[in-house]
Amino acid sequence: MSTPETPAAPPSPAAKAGAGVATYLDERLGTNAAGKKNLRKVFPEHWSFMLGEIALYSFIILLATGVYLTLFFKPSAQEVTYDGVYAPLRGAHMSEAYASTLDISFEVRGGLLMRQIHHWSALIFVAAIFIHLFRIFFTGAFRKPRELNWLIGNGLLTMALIEGFAGYTIPDDLLSGTGLRIAEAVILSIPVVGTYVQFFLFGGEFPGDDIIPRLFIIHVLLLPGIMLALITVHLMLVVVQKHTQFPGPGRTNENVVGFPLMPVYMAKAGGFFFIVFGVCALLGGIAQINPIWLFGPYYPDQISAGSQPDFYIGFLEGSLRAMPNWETNLFGHSISWNVLVPGLILPGIMMTLLAVYPFIEAWVTGDKREHHLLDRPRDVPVRTAFGAMSIAFYLLLFINGGNDIIGLTFDISINNVTRFTQVALIVVPPIVFVITKRACLGLQRADLNRVLHGKETGIIKRLPNGEFIEVHAPISAEERFSLMQRNTYAPLAAGPATDEEGVPTPGHKVAKVRAKLSKFWYADDMPKPTPEEYAELTAGHGHGDDHGTDVEGHGH
Amino acid sequence: MKRLSARRRHPLAGLVVLLLALGAVGGLYSAFAPSGTAEAADDASSLQIQEGKGLYITSCSSCHGLNAEGTSDGPEIAGLGAAAVDFQVGTGRMPLQSREGQAPAKKQLFTEEETVAIAAYVASLAGGAPIPTAEQYAADGDLQEGGEIFRTNCASCHNFIGKGGALTRGKYAPNLTGSDPKHIYEAMLTGPESMPTFSDGVLTPEQKKDVITYIKTIAAEPDPGGYAAGRIGPVTEGLLVWTVVIGALIGAAVWLGAKPS
Ligand code: HEC
Ligand code: HEC
Ligand code: HEM
Repeated sequence: MSTPETPAAPPSPAAKAGAGVATYLDERLGTNAAGKKNLRKVFPEHWSFMLGEIALYSFIILLATGVYLTLFFKPSAQEVTYDGVYAPLRGAHMSEAYASTLDISFEVRGGLLMRQIHHWSALIFVAAIFIHLFRIFFTGAFRKPRELNWLIGNGLLTMALIEGFAGYTIPDDLLSGTGLRIAEAVILSIPVVGTYVQFFLFGGEFPGDDIIPRLFIIHVLLLPGIMLALITVHLMLVVVQKHTQFPGPGRTNENVVGFPLMPVYMAKAGGFFFIVFGVCALLGGIAQINPIWLFGPYYPDQISAGSQPDFYIGFLEGSLRAMPNWETNLFGHSISWNVLVPGLILPGIMMTLLAVYPFIEAWVTGDKREHHLLDRPRDVPVRTAFGAMSIAFYLLLFINGGNDIIGLTFDISINNVTRFTQVALIVVPPIVFVITKRACLGLQRADLNRVLHGKETGIIKRLPNGEFIEVHAPISAEERFSLMQRNTYAPLAAGPATDEEGVPTPGHKVAKVRAKLSKFWYADDMPKPTPEEYAELTAGHGHGDDHGTDVEGHGH
Repeated sequence: MKRLSARRRHPLAGLVVLLLALGAVGGLYSAFAPSGTAEAADDASSLQIQEGKGLYITSCSSCHGLNAEGTSDGPEIAGLGAAAVDFQVGTGRMPLQSREGQAPAKKQLFTEEETVAIAAYVASLAGGAPIPTAEQYAADGDLQEGGEIFRTNCASCHNFIGKGGALTRGKYAPNLTGSDPKHIYEAMLTGPESMPTFSDGVLTPEQKKDVITYIKTIAAEPDPGGYAAGRIGPVTEGLLVWTVVIGALIGAAVWLGAKPS
């Protein structure tokens, strides 16, 4: 704290106390050495590196508010007669779980606020996981050595979806009961074992008395415990493997450029936590969410128009609604493709593809090196296009989940919305792929132009011979360096089909497929200019500006 | 006792009793008859039917036929009764403007009086359910009972709290939160379009009243949780999160992550 010029200032009492505690801990736990190392850990700067933090902070808020709710929530399907303060339901028969949620909402001090903060943070939590995932994907942060953390993240995403579904279900209101019913139908559609699995999970016929207490334990103990452990590992891996950074002057695959954890990053992170907390609390205070008292208690014979799950389950709802009504009869058993495919097979494929993507990419590109410098999305057009295409697919499913709301709001027939989705699911993703890839290549070309010719100034000059040219100003050396630090790859070759003796090379078929894919991946990339090319090009362009002096010094 | 029984035997006693009884009956009658004499009432209602007939012929007969027997442009409505007509005309659905899709509720074309006249005319053709009285559709039934009946019988089309919902092929169950209690009663009684009919055998008049009580009470309930974004539920909640909330948080991240210059 004290500056060198005023060495006489005595340490404040607080500082003395702090030093005392630090010494006490150090003498027993050896914390100073560990602290020195970790608190000086450098964290690179970029706003997109803070997206994962939103998920972390909302998880902490979920833990805190969830503990409060647990004090008052009764996870029981026991039927009771409601006699609380909410008049429209007084005298109604309902489960104890639903009654206690009403009590939390209307009679427990701060209960409604806590419920609403809990639910808003749940939505923010899952949304934050998604945008965090997008950042990791589009910048290639999942590449070696971070594939394991990618898998852990995938596990966390899956568990967050289940956790949210379980939390949404335990209040046992009519809306969530409808969701549970759909989940049951999906389980029942599993060939051969579906019925047994359903009986095992529900402890008998739907809905039964067991499912609410079971989901409760899953929701408050099992999944939060596993997630907490996985989040810890996730973050420890970030520390051990160090954080990735965007390319720039002075940044290499071997270093990390940024601010030390203490104090700069700590201050930022702490501030960010309070921002996230503030947003959750604000929403919980002023915006109603999940008004279960309006939905009524769950009875299997009731259902409401416009029933919708929380957004993160919406894509499943949408895929169920998009599926044509196909069923097969096989040896007296009907296989309900109409539920099985959209409810289990499709999401299974989606989650699997997401999880194994890093391994697919590494195989196709043959790139087994470590990467600590991130890609700019435009520099890997095929990956970026795959990502955009997948998001388009997901969004279409998601939108179809609300086909009734869309139909009603915009006065379109539900049948037409569904038909549109069915066609769009097949047609739109490839179109998105092509457009995104083109856009990336266009941006690459623009980068190249910037490097070779400088940036456009908007000033038009007329030459003596009457020709008009735009004056280009040279870009800074830093920018030029950053723009050209990307990797370039040559497509892999399949190698000869036979060796010198004419014996077929083992695995040649696979190698051929891989070579094709690799070509698809890289063939269209803009090549980076070689230093010779660069010199030649700039010399040949008589724009009157002398640019490109110190490029070769960077030696790309 | 003795005196009383002695007087009862008075020769004029029979006459007095007869007079008293007649007086009582007459008094009762005039107390119960709505206005004037029975004849005058008859006149008034036949006048009303006459007026209704005139309006019917000009506005409705082109589609429903001169005797409400139906044409290729509109179904038979003779026998549907006054309630059906009052609902259709009272909510502005009839006279129909275009044959496309479901007849939408719109601004009522006729005055209340004219509406009742048309209803009376159609009822005079072949009877049917009468327009309910204000007592029948007063919102003072059992709230909780009404909620339960509503969730069992109506929510599947009209949503938990009557926000409305989409049906197949562009049809829809309308939003009920602003519906007139009388029209709610009539809708249940007559089952317009693809809505089922809830006759008194299915839902007793008492239960209909409960339902009306529920719809009107819930629509007027404040939202204890704060701004409810139209009470549509998860869709608006998700939309809010993905636009405003995530937008604001990313904004905060950009702000915090900005390089100190
Ligand atoms: C342009 C043709 C047209 C006109 C004019 C018209 N209607 Fe209709 N009406 C229809 C059609 C078609 C239906 C059935 C479709 C529907 O209910 O949406 C119908 C339905 C009805 C029903 C309900 C029938 C049922 O089965 O529930 C009633 C009652 C009714 N009309 C009364 C009237 C009255 C009263 C008028 C005059 C004020 C009128 N309509 C004018 C075409 C017409
Ligand atoms: C099968 C679906 C369905 C069910 C169940 C249903 N309705 Fe309807 N309801 C409709 C449709 C469709 C309309 C629109 C009719 C039209 O436009 O001609 C409607 C119209 C109405 C209207 C007129 C709204 C207005 O003011 O314009 C009311 C009131 C109404 N319903 C109340 C109820 C009540 C109360 C119940 C339960 C007892 C119920 N409905 C059950 C489908 C349904
Ligand atoms: C980690 C992510 C979590 C998510 C995504 C999540 C999500 C949800 C959701 C959507 C609900 C429905 C709430 C509502 O009524 O609107 C809910 C309810 C509940 N949650 Fe969580 N939750 C999480 C963690 C926790 C934790 C850690 C606890 C406890 C330690 C907890 C305890 C509860 C309880 C008791 C309820 C039911 C009470 C009520 O609805 O009022 N939750 N949760």
